[in-house]
Amino acid sequence: MVKYHQVVLLFSHIGKNCCVPHGPSAKKLFTNQLRRISGIQQHDTIYFKDPIDSSEKHFHKILISNRGEIACRVIKTAKKMGIKTVAVYSTADSNSLHVKMADEAVCIGPPAAKESYLDTEKILKAVEDTGAQAVHPGYGFLSENSQFVAELEKRNIVFIGPSAKAIVGMGDKLESKRLAMAAGVNTIPGFDGVIKDADHCVSISRDVGYPVMIKASAGGGGKGMRIAYNDNDAREGFKLSSQEAASSFGDDRMLVEKFIDTPRHIEIQVLADKHGNTIYLNERECSIQRRNQKVIEEAPSIFLDAATRAKMGEQAVSLCKRLGYYSAGTVEFLVDSQKQFYFLEMNTRLQVEHPITESITGIDLVHQMIRVAEGYSLKHTQSDIEIRGWSIESRVYAEDPYKNFGLPSIGRLYKYIEPTHIPGVRCDSGVEEGSAISVYYDPMICKLVCSGPTRQDAIATSLAALDSYVIRGVTHNIPLLRDILTEDNFTSGNISTNYLPQTYPKGFTGRTLSVRDEKKLTALAAAIFVKKELRSYDLVSGKLMHPPPTKWTLVVMYQDKEIDVEVELVGDKIKVYINDETLEVKNSFNLASPLIQSEIDTEPLTSQFVSKTPAGHIHLIFEGSDYKIRVLTKDASELAALLPKKQKSNVSKTLLAPMPGIVKSVTCQVGDKVYEGQELCIIEAMKMQNSLPATQDAVVKTINIKAGDQVAESEILIEFQ
Amino acid sequence: MGFNPLLFKSMPLYRAHKKCVQCGIVKSALRFASQEASESAREKLQKIRNAALIGGGQSRIEAQHKKGKLTARERLRILCDSGTFTEYDMFVEHNCIDFGMQTKKFPGDSVVTGHGFINGRLVYVFSQDFTVFGGSLSSVHAEKICKIMDRALTSRAPVIGLNDSGGARIQEGVDSLAGYADIFQRNVLASGVIPQISVIMGPCAGGAVYSPAITDFTFMVEDSSYLFITGPEVIKAVTNETITQEELGGAKTHTSLSGVAHNSFSNDIDAILNIRELMTFLPQSSYEAPLARVCLDSWDRDVPTLDSIVPPDPSEPYDMMDVIANIIDERDFYEISPKYAQNIITGFARINGCPVGIVGNQPKVAAGCLDINASVKAARFVRFCDAFNLPIITLVDVPGFLPGLAQEHNGIIRHGAKLLYAYAEATVPKITVITRKAYGGAYDVMASKHLRGDANYAWPTAEIAVMGAKGAVAILFKGHPDVAAQERQYIDKFSSPIPAAKRGFIDDIIEPRTTRRRIAEDLLLLSSKHLKNPPKKHGNIPL
Repeated sequence: MVKYHQVVLLFSHIGKNCCVPHGPSAKKLFTNQLRRISGIQQHDTIYFKDPIDSSEKHFHKILISNRGEIACRVIKTAKKMGIKTVAVYSTADSNSLHVKMADEAVCIGPPAAKESYLDTEKILKAVEDTGAQAVHPGYGFLSENSQFVAELEKRNIVFIGPSAKAIVGMGDKLESKRLAMAAGVNTIPGFDGVIKDADHCVSISRDVGYPVMIKASAGGGGKGMRIAYNDNDAREGFKLSSQEAASSFGDDRMLVEKFIDTPRHIEIQVLADKHGNTIYLNERECSIQRRNQKVIEEAPSIFLDAATRAKMGEQAVSLCKRLGYYSAGTVEFLVDSQKQFYFLEMNTRLQVEHPITESITGIDLVHQMIRVAEGYSLKHTQSDIEIRGWSIESRVYAEDPYKNFGLPSIGRLYKYIEPTHIPGVRCDSGVEEGSAISVYYDPMICKLVCSGPTRQDAIATSLAALDSYVIRGVTHNIPLLRDILTEDNFTSGNISTNYLPQTYPKGFTGRTLSVRDEKKLTALAAAIFVKKELRSYDLVSGKLMHPPPTKWTLVVMYQDKEIDVEVELVGDKIKVYINDETLEVKNSFNLASPLIQSEIDTEPLTSQFVSKTPAGHIHLIFEGSDYKIRVLTKDASELAALLPKKQKSNVSKTLLAPMPGIVKSVTCQVGDKVYEGQELCIIEAMKMQNSLPATQDAVVKTINIKAGDQVAESEILIEFQ
Repeated sequence: MGFNPLLFKSMPLYRAHKKCVQCGIVKSALRFASQEASESAREKLQKIRNAALIGGGQSRIEAQHKKGKLTARERLRILCDSGTFTEYDMFVEHNCIDFGMQTKKFPGDSVVTGHGFINGRLVYVFSQDFTVFGGSLSSVHAEKICKIMDRALTSRAPVIGLNDSGGARIQEGVDSLAGYADIFQRNVLASGVIPQISVIMGPCAGGAVYSPAITDFTFMVEDSSYLFITGPEVIKAVTNETITQEELGGAKTHTSLSGVAHNSFSNDIDAILNIRELMTFLPQSSYEAPLARVCLDSWDRDVPTLDSIVPPDPSEPYDMMDVIANIIDERDFYEISPKYAQNIITGFARINGCPVGIVGNQPKVAAGCLDINASVKAARFVRFCDAFNLPIITLVDVPGFLPGLAQEHNGIIRHGAKLLYAYAEATVPKITVITRKAYGGAYDVMASKHLRGDANYAWPTAEIAVMGAKGAVAILFKGHPDVAAQERQYIDKFSSPIPAAKRGFIDDIIEPRTTRRRIAEDLLLLSSKHLKNPPKKHGNIPL
């Protein structure tokens, strides 16, 4: 608090003395700095139960062997604790935020993770060169690599996480299941041995009984995981998952277990010190998943009662005690409709979604991880842990949600404004305006964490935040997030891990607008068209021979709709007449700003204006979803109707890359007769292997790719006869 | 006794405004005249007007639509602000009496001419009517066009021509040819005085092509427009080459291969709407400055994105379009010749509301080198900007002129010289930013300080040298035992903007994020720039 005031005073002092550059930019610079500082302040109030004790002695310097938002997250807390930080980066990340935030930064190689963030040798050398006393691994990469931890232990470098032994025990799913059973934790029936090959996978799957889950023994985060409903699925799943596991974790051991239908994914956060104290920080519900990767998480869970919560918490603690576990960790459970819960796995690291737990408990998990690593005892006992309010995390990904709930997209964030001006919003991100989202790493842009006293409040805040979140330059999944947050089953809490496929059986196709919203969108598009027209009359100098028009007859077209509207400019209102109805759009926005904050019939409206073309195409974001609208004058649209429609070139004779990525393998040859659904090639993007099947029976004419090629979105990969 | 509307309606003296169905133009005005006798004259008049409005008749109009084309009047209806097109010479008829032509007459003949307004600004327009004699050019057709061109030149307003013509009116013989030449002469006299825009919206063949070729910009409509001197049949007869109309002179050919057309659009409506947009960047004539719009995109904002566009590895390409989009107002870039010589980008934009011309090397294509096509494309654009008082912003990342036998033999020397000439001759404000490479002669050419650049900046990533380090060391230290060390030394010495800045060839080395602000400020300072070349009849650009 004191710090914040001092800073404000400092700036007001400078302002008064006029010794700063003038102009809006200079002002903006200061507001940005203030915002950043007030962000830290807000951060402090998040950790209401976890003040930093200035009398404790801490590490002098730590290295964060990670990138992106989690590296930034760790650096923030380390800075508050007075610890110097070292970032590591690949050449692709040389200009990224975590490098700028850290006190020191070491380049550890080329973009490919295997040669940089996963290269133990290079990171160990960086530790040695910079004299860091400890390493925080973040999540992913080396966070659950026991060999890395063992190497550190050998060199007397502290690993800010659990012991190598605990990682070995829990990191391996087979081993963890045995240990969990021994600790009296409920487990799922399955085969706890290593699968030899695809045939073995099939026979075991039959034994356990379909449906089964095939997953990487060393895996996590949904990578290398597949569900099989029959022998074919099992064979295919084993093949793809084991390849993925090999490339992601360098370990292709697989296991098979019973797949539980309509389960909820609820996990318990645990925190333990090196002195045998273990507590649980309540649950997070992460049921909204696609392809086993989490999309929206919340804490607490709407489903759990106090008794179940306590039972799950106690089992989690008992597992940790049996393991001799210390640091932060997460015990994942599947919970069925009868509130029966089964141990899934334990993640021996900080989870992506840890901020929602921090939000409801007020504890800074990174702070506690560092303290535990330093050998301090936990400050809190189980009775200190409460649930204060509700918190929802929406994972904002650079993904096209209309394709299979999310296919990676790449690009440069040429405009990027986080909605942190809204109270109760926390954005954990590792990007800033100008950052590039590349094919090399996870496509997450930001974790948007919105909190409020109740679940409804947290949802309302999330919606407001998503509406004013400006992301330009990459396709992102806000349309999907925004839609889920208003969907009836979600708002009533009726969710499971099958939520997405059940809610959107045909995939996400965009938001369905109500009649009123449709009118609003139409009015807004018409208003934008008119404002754009009028700009040519809004001159600094020079004179026009003709006055600007004040009335327009337009046609607004989108999604196969053609709506006739009349528009009239009256004072500060743009009146839009649609059929018998009049909508009044407040003329309070300008087309140079990405955010449109206006009113329609005095109802506030937040929308986003992306782009326009001379030919009347307007790209808007309305309630999170993208709308490509065309507005023409009535004259032009009547004339357009006279012209025959041009035929689009036939693209079904080609296989196009659905996303940018690297060709892993090509499984067909020129001249092959291929059948619908047959795999033709595999594209790897963001460490996910995507099998591209033939969409029809055809004969392969040409193959334009070979393994190792980098391909762009919509590039023609294979042509058919 | 109240007012009786029926009585009023029956009064023969009154004729109300009537909106034309075809073109939406308000025609016959409120008039009072004497009774019976003039009534028949008026009817006659109306008959002629109606005949003019329907052109070649309903069936030809439908045939025009089937081909994906609008009619001449329909095009004008959307080109001009609603209801502002005013037609001239609707009563003109051709005067050919040969080949039975004396009985086939259409009021207005095969072209519609007049004036209108685009976003409140005057333009003169002609629109060839394909439904009348296939839009062929008769002597009166040419006279009508010449009339509006003369008016445009004297009142200093742009001319837009919508071309849709089968060619010369063969029945008229040499009269038709004379007509073409009359138009060419006016095109040339108007060149550099008023903007002239051609939109090819149907065939345009033979001698007719030279009018668009002389105008400042030529646009085409995809799948329905063709430009060629001699058609496929003649080519087949003369050279025995078989080629389709589309391949010979379609939009794709001319926008990407020959560079004759500056862009193409998918249909008539898109083309016309894009022309309307283009006009907002241009002044009425060379006697005026382009109109500055109120700017809502703060000119003095930092643009952090610019800091991270140039990749750390100097051999890695990036998209110069990213740099352009982040410097200009609202990312609103009107590109000229986007599909031709893509190693150089040309186009219009606004900075702080003021229209500017932008030229940028494109490292993404052929490393951004200058070759014949790129030089010619940029040279013509630079000269347009200079003629019409548009400041030129040049973004430089050029490894040099493209080496090669084909280039040398096809005359890269004289074509490259065009760009050099154009930049050196230009007296409008010239602002140059070197983002990365500026090597060799290409450094000089790209609006360097030495060619009277007003503000020349370099980003910290700039490398200004005679050539790349590898090539330079290979010459300087041929046979040297430690070439690598010499190369490092050369890089240290020249792979930076500092030596150039030390000599004043660069005014400042600026942080990329401040580029927009710096350019906007310079544009303001240079708005009163006054520079004149020595008086001369005209220069002798190496054509």
